[in-house]
Amino acid sequence: MSASVHRLLIVDDSNVIRRRIERANDLPEIECVGAARNGREALEMHRQLRPTLVTMDLTMPEMDGAECVALLVERDPQIRILVISALADKLTAIDALEKGANGFLCKPFTDRQLNEALRKLIQA
Amino acid sequence: MSLAAEVAVFVDGVLHYFDSTVQQTAQCGTPHLALGERPEMSDYTGVIRVSGRRAGLVAFTAPKNMLSVMLMRMQETDMSHENLCDLVGEIANTLSGNARRDFGQQFQISVPEVLTGRADPLSFPPAARPIVIPIDWRNYHARLIVCLN
Repeated sequence: MSASVHRLLIVDDSNVIRRRIERANDLPEIECVGAARNGREALEMHRQLRPTLVTMDLTMPEMDGAECVALLVERDPQIRILVISALADKLTAIDALEKGANGFLCKPFTDRQLNEALRKLIQA
Repeated sequence: MSLAAEVAVFVDGVLHYFDSTVQQTAQCGTPHLALGERPEMSDYTGVIRVSGRRAGLVAFTAPKNMLSVMLMRMQETDMSHENLCDLVGEIANTLSGNARRDFGQQFQISVPEVLTGRADPLSFPPAARPIVIPIDWRNYHARLIVCLN
């Protein structure tokens, strides 16, 4: 069995979504190392856990995903971020990519779509 | 866009949610107007409020057992009140995202709120003409309520 080489931090204010992303990930090279409920928690957990991949919701209390993406990329330019959001309009996706995200997945998603998006993220 | 087309955006959003998340198709029943009466609420309700070119609200209201089985289909083992609120809020959140994509700047859409209990009042705008669309999945019955003036 190959060792996990990518460390995933899940950021979403929905507990159901956080747990679903963790369960649905079937890529052996990705290990989920933590889950945060908002951007502020994500920044704290990034310091402690040193994730290499992040799934990021956009609409969250305390600190939203777009601001958190920009701060994470500033802190760690190598980090890869997949934005997962119900905000399905093109402008939102473009804004997230301009702030430094590497991919965008619309909610709702299937397990297959999630794994495909994660696979693209680690191959980027 | 006509009101019928706008309502269809929300109906398609709910049906797509079932297809993607629990990977079983839900059925849309015959819509009806709730005139002179408040639409019947179920155990958990996710609501988004709309302003701009139209004003009003869109709500998805579902019984506890339906949401619990949806969580099971997602391999979730925690059927707590918090997770049931979370799920119905996510459904409303998805409706909000779809509306922003399809309606653009015509509508301003609030973040979702969650109401619990069948007696929890949903405040409708004056002269409201709520359209109630039954959403059936397995043996469970939810309702989508679209009230846009």
